[in-house]
Amino acid sequence: MATRVLIPTPLRAYTEKKDALLLEGGTVGELLASLTAMYTPLRRHLYDDAGALRSFVNVYVNDEDIRYLQKEQTRVTDADTVSIIPSIAGGRS
Amino acid sequence: MVLTVSPEALHRIRVHAADAYPEECCGLLLGGERDGGKEVLDVLSMGNARRESRTRRFLIAPEDYARGELHAAAQGLGIMGFYHSHPDHPARPSQFDLDHAWPWCSYVIASVENRVPTAVKSWVLKDDRSGFDEEIIERRETVPGARLRTGP
Repeated sequence: MATRVLIPTPLRAYTEKKDALLLEGGTVGELLASLTAMYTPLRRHLYDDAGALRSFVNVYVNDEDIRYLQKEQTRVTDADTVSIIPSIAGGRS
Repeated sequence: MVLTVSPEALHRIRVHAADAYPEECCGLLLGGERDGGKEVLDVLSMGNARRESRTRRFLIAPEDYARGELHAAAQGLGIMGFYHSHPDHPARPSQFDLDHAWPWCSYVIASVENRVPTAVKSWVLKDDRSGFDEEIIERRETVPGARLRTGP
């Protein structure tokens, strides 16, 4: 089973410029594990040192934020589309 | 690296930074890549989604980012990075900027002192997330062309 995962512009430098990938996995966490196994340097940008998804990395299954589903345990099928969408945060201090 | 920015885009960043003072402004840098270098042809101002600490923090919400990407694509452009202001603070990234930075993107920071825009600098996250490298901003008219790519 392969699910379509949409890659945002900032990460495409790591995915051979691809904006979408078909990845194997039954949950969002498994899809992201497939992604970071294929493109290892992505891992440090998606996950913090404790192994948690960074706060500014938003993952949606279709139009639903996984924070309001079962987070990385959210189940997916090949009919779903998973999107990684950035929040952009910063400031002077 | 060099970031080419059109004079109009640079002007709009400065005006947005002054108008938002003493709060931080933010927006998207729209353009493309040519011969490996990024070119910014347009900017899309965004509302600061922060409810608190707006004088020292900004946030572009994911739904706003997604709308911006569609807006850019409709013009045949891509997102080359982001801009924000540092009111009464130098145009260099903070630890908070570093902690929240995305790779590859250009982060243009406009310093504003007493509502007057001063330095504008651009930065790119190092691949190991240890800091930023400064990009030289080249102020030049840019023309969309066949060699302009809309992403990395």
